[in-house]
Amino acid sequence: MKPEYDIVIVGAGPAGSIAARFAAEGGASVLMLEKDRDVGYPVRCGEAISKAGVSEFIAPDEKWISAHINKFALISPDGTEAVIEFSDAGYVLERRIFDYELAKTAAKAGAEILTRAYVNGLLFEDGKVSGVKYEYRGEQKELKAKIVIGADGVESRIGRWAGLKTYVDFREMECCVQVTASNINVKDDTLYFYFGENVAPGGYFWIFPKVNGAANIGLGVSGMVGKKKSALSFLNNFMENNFPNSPILTSIAGGVPSTITLDKISAPGIMLVGDAARQVNPLSGGGIASGMIGGSIAGKIAAEAITNNSLDHILTYDKAWHERLGKRHELFEKIKNGIYNFSDDKFNKIAHSFNKIPYEKRSLGKLFTTALFNQPSLLVDVAKIFII
Amino acid sequence: MNYRQAKTGKLMIDILPDKCDFCGCCVGVCPEDAIELKEAEIFIIDERCTNCSKCIWSCPIEVIKFNKKGVLSK
Ligand SMILES: Cc1cc2nc3c(=O)[nH]c(=O)nc-3n(C[C@H](O)[C@H](O)[C@H](O)COP(=O)(O)OP(=O)(O)OC[C@H]3O[C@@H](n4cnc5c(N)ncnc54)[C@H](O)[C@@H]3O)c2cc1C
Ligand code: SF4
Ligand code: SF4
Repeated sequence: MKPEYDIVIVGAGPAGSIAARFAAEGGASVLMLEKDRDVGYPVRCGEAISKAGVSEFIAPDEKWISAHINKFALISPDGTEAVIEFSDAGYVLERRIFDYELAKTAAKAGAEILTRAYVNGLLFEDGKVSGVKYEYRGEQKELKAKIVIGADGVESRIGRWAGLKTYVDFREMECCVQVTASNINVKDDTLYFYFGENVAPGGYFWIFPKVNGAANIGLGVSGMVGKKKSALSFLNNFMENNFPNSPILTSIAGGVPSTITLDKISAPGIMLVGDAARQVNPLSGGGIASGMIGGSIAGKIAAEAITNNSLDHILTYDKAWHERLGKRHELFEKIKNGIYNFSDDKFNKIAHSFNKIPYEKRSLGKLFTTALFNQPSLLVDVAKIFII
Repeated sequence: MNYRQAKTGKLMIDILPDKCDFCGCCVGVCPEDAIELKEAEIFIIDERCTNCSKCIWSCPIEVIKFNKKGVLSK
């Protein structure tokens, strides 16, 4: 380890690892700190990702692909299944291995990594963030850095300590539980999404297949719903009704900040990426791909700031992110607020009208159009995507 | 009896660490940064907590409880 680094990254999830890789490739000295013993574990994720989302950063490799997906099945409250086929849409990952491999690409680019290092404060100099305080195997330490990148996931405390407002309104937090269960009889090329008051009010319930008859089964509900009924009790109901005898291999809790990106994701000496910056796609709740995109932009800009010796350059990150995805997420957020608040009756109607479209002509676009005709005000929001 | 003191009087928020999955969902919604979470350790930072209960509503697995009487010091 060096006595000081150009860039210290806190958190070794997908966003942190990609930021580390791009920063190191750009010529900066980089250290990534992770509080857990292992990179990539525990896995708090449904593990679904589009092919495009992965391929931008790493060549697909069967060792971290658990299932190949080419269909979506959307199940309305009355049980109607609307199936859409894609060719080669994406994967269900084995994130335990995937995250590990991503971290290895950062290491190959020259980044150093330290696990079991819990960051518990920041250093400041002239009002700028100038390093981190961390606990490592019971010892309190300090480390100077020109730039700190907070990739600390849903907690996002690093940003707060730098004065950024990172906490999420509890109504916008999708509070999730998931089990990975065995002996689940579903198609291994299909992602299943269930909607409705009984399964996941205001959110969705998922079954994502994994290799050898296992599947990730879970749901997310807003903290507003959680006030009355927890995600756990929804999951227990679903499992009792549908898979009472399936062995449970893993069970986890987790939070998805399903909202638009924070107002500010950089400040002097600090940048935020991934869930910590609230870069999740608010419509799907997916944050692996968008976190890697955020990480790549931040890592590249941070390295430029170091090599050009102009640290203020990091403040251009907010705009760069907004252009690439932030803007689009604002629209997705509006669509989310429209769609997830549909009544059961409306979900059923959409599924019925959708199923009247010939199978080969169905697409996600058609599904949205069908949904939109049930909520015309959303059309205005969607129209905006073409104008902005 | 000694009660733990929050920012706004008695602390009424009780995290049951034995049941916790250390997922960070509660930390992400806490407006006061009043929850400390390590790899497998969680506790409230008493003097920051306002008893607002947002962490309770957001815990997916019902680990945090509201204790009207106040949480006792150990
Ligand atoms: C139940 C569930 C299902 C999901 N399903 C999907 C899905 O199917 N597809 C999808 O794309 N997304 C999904 N997501 C979202 C996805 O998991 C996240 O968006 C993604 O992991 C974000 O990556 P990240 O690198 O920003 O953060 P993380 O992967 O959360 O990594 C953050 C890292 O920072 C570390 N850390 C935190 N604080 C500190 C500290 N103080 N010091 C040192 N290290 C620290 C943590 O230990 C962690 O390793 C799901 C989320 C949940 C909870
Ligand atoms: S009650 Fe409110 S202030 Fe206290 S820990 Fe929970 S969310 Fe934070
Ligand atoms: S939300 Fe619940 S399970 Fe997750 S860290 Fe907080 S108390 Fe633990």
